[in-house]
Amino acid sequence: MRDEAEHRRGSEAVDFGARRCRDAEGVSGGVRHLYVHMPFCVHRCGYCDFVTAVGRRGQHAAYVEAVLGELELERGLLAEPLETVFVGGGTPTFTEPAALERLLHALPEAAELTVEANPETVTPELARLLAAGGVNRVSLGAQSFQPGLLSVLERRAGPDDVRRAVDTLRDASFDNISLDFIYGIPGQSASALQADIKQALLLEPEHMSWYELEAKPGTRFTHSFGEELARQAEAMEGYFELVVERLTEAGYRWYETANFALSSDRDGGRDLRSRHNLGYWLGHDYLGVGVGAVSTVNGLRWRNAPRLAAYIEAAVAGERPARESEPLSDETVMRERLMLGLRLDEPLRLSDVNEAIDTDALARLRRLELVETAGSGVLLTPRGRRLGGGVTAELLAYTDT
Amino acid sequence: MDQANIRNFSIIAHIDHGKSTLADRILELTDTVTGREMREQLLDSMELERERGITIKAQAVRVAWKGHQLNLIDTPGHVDFTYEVSRSLQACEGALLVVDASQGSQAQTLANAYLAIEANLEIVPAVNKIDLPQSRPDEVATEIAELVGEAAERVQRISAKTGEGVADALDAIVERVPAPAGDPDAPPRALIFDSSYDQYRGVVAFVRVVDGTFTKGEALRAMAAGTQFEAEELGFLSPAMVSTPTLSAGEVGYLVTGLKDVSTLRVGDTLTSRRNPAGEPLPGYKDVKPMVFAGLFPTDGDQYPELRDALEKLKLNDAALFYEPETSQALGFGFRCGFLGLLHMEIVRERLEREFDLDLLVTAPTVAYRVQTRTGDEIEVHNPAEMPRELERVEEPYVRASIIVPKEYVGPVMELSNERRGRFDHMEYLSEDRVLLVYDLPLGEIVLDYYDQLKSRTKGYAGFDYDFAGFREGALVRVDVLIAGEPVDALSLISHRDSAYTRGRALVDRLREEIPRQMFDVAVQAAIGSRVIARETIKARRKDVLAKCYGGDITRKRKLLEKQKAGKKRMKQVGAVEVPQEAFLAVLNLEGKK
Repeated sequence: MRDEAEHRRGSEAVDFGARRCRDAEGVSGGVRHLYVHMPFCVHRCGYCDFVTAVGRRGQHAAYVEAVLGELELERGLLAEPLETVFVGGGTPTFTEPAALERLLHALPEAAELTVEANPETVTPELARLLAAGGVNRVSLGAQSFQPGLLSVLERRAGPDDVRRAVDTLRDASFDNISLDFIYGIPGQSASALQADIKQALLLEPEHMSWYELEAKPGTRFTHSFGEELARQAEAMEGYFELVVERLTEAGYRWYETANFALSSDRDGGRDLRSRHNLGYWLGHDYLGVGVGAVSTVNGLRWRNAPRLAAYIEAAVAGERPARESEPLSDETVMRERLMLGLRLDEPLRLSDVNEAIDTDALARLRRLELVETAGSGVLLTPRGRRLGGGVTAELLAYTDT
Repeated sequence: MDQANIRNFSIIAHIDHGKSTLADRILELTDTVTGREMREQLLDSMELERERGITIKAQAVRVAWKGHQLNLIDTPGHVDFTYEVSRSLQACEGALLVVDASQGSQAQTLANAYLAIEANLEIVPAVNKIDLPQSRPDEVATEIAELVGEAAERVQRISAKTGEGVADALDAIVERVPAPAGDPDAPPRALIFDSSYDQYRGVVAFVRVVDGTFTKGEALRAMAAGTQFEAEELGFLSPAMVSTPTLSAGEVGYLVTGLKDVSTLRVGDTLTSRRNPAGEPLPGYKDVKPMVFAGLFPTDGDQYPELRDALEKLKLNDAALFYEPETSQALGFGFRCGFLGLLHMEIVRERLEREFDLDLLVTAPTVAYRVQTRTGDEIEVHNPAEMPRELERVEEPYVRASIIVPKEYVGPVMELSNERRGRFDHMEYLSEDRVLLVYDLPLGEIVLDYYDQLKSRTKGYAGFDYDFAGFREGALVRVDVLIAGEPVDALSLISHRDSAYTRGRALVDRLREEIPRQMFDVAVQAAIGSRVIARETIKARRKDVLAKCYGGDITRKRKLLEKQKAGKKRMKQVGAVEVPQEAFLAVLNLEGKK
């Protein structure tokens, strides 16, 4: 019953979304960022709350066709050429090679094409396949170098897999590799974290993301480790400081709350920030295709229903998948602009977010040296960035909604 | 009716010793109310009274018994209403002293029995609940006989529940209680022993006519207050109102005044005729003053107008209730209210919450202090936040407390009373193992935690009662609580110098636990004047970030932050510090219930 209701809601949303999309079609193809969701995984990790599907090798090819079908339907929204394409998951590199190859070759061209990969899936063949498909950036889910912690996370890869994957990608001439890490893992000590940071630096990735482990309600993980995670909460403060300190010392730019890019002077002037993710943080429109994918275009946000079979079915019928949509008021757009913009290390233009700001709070936070204004822009001080969640919440103008 | 055939009496009993049940039996036995009409415990008309087993407002019921008119005057059953009890007793010539045959006399029974003896009433003692298997009627009869100086065989043995012995008790009342002895031909005088507000008829006074006769339509005057009105209707309760043309010497009844405010017609005042006025009022009028004060704040600030209306309505029926607007930086808009005592406070609070559906935050109760300022002014302080930090001298109210305990608890009671600055007066054995201890204690200590402590240190066995015993000078200081250097008015307290450190420390510790870490270090201090007596620091948070935020998360993360912002909105801002309302609640609770 519930699914049915959701489906119906989704269908209505499709009509609404479609109308908006058709309007957009007529005007232009202004969207410069494309996200493609590949839900397949060999195994669902305990802490994961993404839309994933385990195994289902028989469906990979059909799914890729469905994604391309949806993309075709929305093509009119996209700019040519695109600025970025990001293939995320799931584990995109777990996709059947032929299906993955078909996808990569069919995707529109973009200046930055990133694919997420799990270390154990990276083989010389895969690296070649990616390179041939135009991929110029790989984001590896390393998470940790400690075997014990990796098994707590239920990751399949071991520490050596990460190193080997990086080497393999380097051999295939990838010069923009990002590594994802998680800290605050149950059982992790400060020295274990130091060791992870050290090992990560040895691999000299162009980019790193360091995430505090978020135990989301309803995941298996929260169920098993709730108490230990609560105990870790206090230590987490020190962990975050440690990560920021070590990485900035090593020449990485802390350009977003959880993201670090090798600074351009260490890398021949290249800007190694994730252009795709910068698109989100700067409030650009983006199209997301695939099961569960979210798009934000022209003040409308929609999310494809997270059901794989129904997604493929709709595509076979030449229809858009069931969607839930959320119209964004100008005010909401501005609030998001503030929330996202403050995650960055560059000032946010005050005039862009003026009405979303609680001016009393701004004055108070400036006095507390958590926020500073530079010219016509506003940004968080280094201490403010460590408290970015609370500072942003305070800075947001109060709204009843 | 001829005064010789009138008997006016009240029933004195401890909570749960069966007063209301006995009143019900008397109404049945005298055919005042038929069994069908009988509603259990008819005299206690308020819902709250029935539930708590206490009688808040006195009323009077007239019954006929073997050619006599008996007026049963109900008395409020608690220490906070001592003055009302004394006025009710003043309206009687006798009292039926009822004691539970299994529990024996209690502190409250004693206090009220002494009031009755002081008022020269004829005491008819009775042991109740003789139907219960665990009752010890003979033992308890001996105990109360000694107490009132009677022979044990003159103690009535009754069961209010089954009706056994009740007729004999009524006979004993007719036989032993003297008839009223006022002058039927003198200018009329009547004692007001209770009043209530009827929304259609205004203030209704309950009176005992002492001299002369009151007639319907007569122009009357309250002698102490000077209030003038007409007797719109006269009558008695049976138990419904029965109108009569006159009320004459010795009779008890009601008088409809048409007045709009109970405070213009106070209990204890004397009514007389304007055409034929009495020269002297009846003795003993006292303007009762609230002794215990607390701030009442709506938890939801939007309920302030509702709280104001509710207090206005309660005040119509409760002349002793005092209130004035109070603004607290921590708690917003509310009222500083004055009560006769802790029970009165509890009753008002419960009625506000229950009958008016309000959600209240009640600050720690405090007492009335008399302060002489440095400039020589005398002021009365009801709120710690108004206590001058520099002053010449302070006086605080004292009570004479009677505590009855099994003898093995004498030690703990003495220890507690000494800790709470009590002054031992005397001690006596009521029976072989029950002891009465009499102490003078500061009321401020009682409202703080004395009673709770007494109960816990005697495993609930202690009976406790008190009466006001005047003001005495004390070494009292104002303790302020500062959060990030800002004094928080709602948390100021007045304490004896010797316990100021302990109380300040407890507050500071509790606040450190309750105030969430902020984005900067927060000092929490307790201070006497500029001298800090306790200090804690709430260390700043070092991290508070949303780890990830990409295309798929934006809506959820935005909502999370908006919720967080809304949460901040509900916090009370003390300087730059956000303090959740719960923190204040927890701290105030600690002060009230330590």
